[in-house]
Amino acid sequence: MSNASLSLTAAKARLLAYQMVYRAQSGHIGGSLSAMDAMILLYGEVLRVDPRSAYDPGRDRFVLSKGHCTPALYAVLALHGFFPVEDLEHFRQLHCYLSGHPEMGFTPGVDMTTGSLGQGISAAVGMALAAKMNGAGYRVYAMLGDGELDEGQVWEAAMAAAKFQLDDLCAIVDVNGLQIDGKTADVMPTEPLDAKFAAFGWNVQTCDGHDFDQLRAAFQAALTHDGKPTVILMKTVKGKGVSYMENDPQWHGKAPGEELFLKGERELKAKIAELEGK
Amino acid sequence: MGEKIATRVAYGKALVEFGAQYPNLVVLDADLSGSTQSGMFAKAFPDRFFNLGIAEQNMMGVAAGLAASGKQVFASSFAMFATGRCYEQIRTSIVFPKLNVKVVGSHGGLSVGEDGATHQCCEDIALMRTLPGMTVVCPADAFEMRLAVKALLDRTGPAYLRLARLATEVYTETLPGYRFELGKGTFLRPGKDVTLIATGMMVGMAWDAAQILAEQGIDARVIDIHTIKPLDEEMVVAAARETGCVVTSEEHSVIGGLGDAVCALLSQTCPVPVIRHGVNDHFGRSGKAQDVLNYFGLNPQGIVEHAKKALAMKRG
Repeated sequence: MSNASLSLTAAKARLLAYQMVYRAQSGHIGGSLSAMDAMILLYGEVLRVDPRSAYDPGRDRFVLSKGHCTPALYAVLALHGFFPVEDLEHFRQLHCYLSGHPEMGFTPGVDMTTGSLGQGISAAVGMALAAKMNGAGYRVYAMLGDGELDEGQVWEAAMAAAKFQLDDLCAIVDVNGLQIDGKTADVMPTEPLDAKFAAFGWNVQTCDGHDFDQLRAAFQAALTHDGKPTVILMKTVKGKGVSYMENDPQWHGKAPGEELFLKGERELKAKIAELEGK
Repeated sequence: MGEKIATRVAYGKALVEFGAQYPNLVVLDADLSGSTQSGMFAKAFPDRFFNLGIAEQNMMGVAAGLAASGKQVFASSFAMFATGRCYEQIRTSIVFPKLNVKVVGSHGGLSVGEDGATHQCCEDIALMRTLPGMTVVCPADAFEMRLAVKALLDRTGPAYLRLARLATEVYTETLPGYRFELGKGTFLRPGKDVTLIATGMMVGMAWDAAQILAEQGIDARVIDIHTIKPLDEEMVVAAARETGCVVTSEEHSVIGGLGDAVCALLSQTCPVPVIRHGVNDHFGRSGKAQDVLNYFGLNPQGIVEHAKKALAMKRG
């Protein structure tokens, strides 16, 4: 896929995610916007998945370990045909299959139930272990938040992935530098993440999480079969694409009112128009 | 009664016995495979055993991921760490998505003995019972444990299996007409005056208590409830109706376990006096297993006393 095409899809997905959260007056938009470009690339080029056979045992797996970022996940899944885009209107509503956090077996394309931070990466380790046992050849990708790395379970999983030499496991950390209560550096310092993951026995890739060339190179590097799992530490901007949300922790899990919403919507629509050359 | 054998040993043997028949079976442990006896499986099927180290929470998540990829998983640790430390991992990663993981808690209850209160888990049944759709199984003896493992291998979905540390006598093997079915109680002894409903190691003690009561002219029915959830409602209600009073007995807190399950059922279907025999809202103590059990009254004499109280209430 061309970067221009990816950028346009990402812009459309950002608008969908933003509208979902506004309509529901609930949901996690900041981290959805920061992780969006990587997820667009994953579903556009990297993952070997097909909405027509969403439960194919040989498919690649994607675990949204930062499960609160369903606005991004559902927007991307809808744009790739796992369910109708119109259904996004019912996000977080009773009787809709688009719950606040991902639920496997309930939403097409969702590979694991997540939302309690730190648990998704362990499940991804189990999936990669099963793939290795079966010689199944599928790969497992897990998206984590940088705040999520506070959870001890993440590091338990990191040790296990190295022990079992899960080189078909790729974790992506959305390093947007913010969590609910403020800067990750203030709430609970976790840096240096590259040295920590390297010390835990992982291949470490760092990149700009909004640069498709850099992301592509990082995902390519993850395919090396050297007996180590890979982590991609991608530097991102929380709230990316909506000026008033960018780098402001208050937009972690809050929906905007009408006036601010319209301002952001204009920006996102302008971006789409610009990319469409209008 | 033959030799004494711990249910955890029967668990390890059963995994080995059925390992070849169930090629998708994967067994996990968290550095306690010698104690939980999952190590027997590790020796027999090294490619299907994984030691996750002293990291139980990750083990439960890995179990979920394996199950989401088509494996059937038995994940063992001590009952305290498996269910207490990992309650939320079990809840959110395993039971909510209905994954085929059997959480196995060894060393349940007070009979861990010398390790003391930190390791004596008297809350595991309560924790696991609260989870929607969770099956909770606590076999009475080694013979029943083997059958429970087989039944759980044949039942897709999440379950909790409780193992005991202590070697105890086998009661069920020689029972006429005995067959094991998940969710169905086992009728050990007929009786018309009072019903003793027990689970796990207390089943043997309830049996012994019934002999003592018989010598005193009290005819006690004994029921083994190996599956605490779903409870055999039919058998429990019939016993309450026919004997008019009930004693429950468990090596577990009286809060949230078998006793509460029976009380909740009977209060809505057949209200009769029910006295719960178990650990009365206390932490355990360090000591020889038998001494600790006696200290908390978890012995046949304790059941006898509770039965007499229940009978007195029934007679008004």
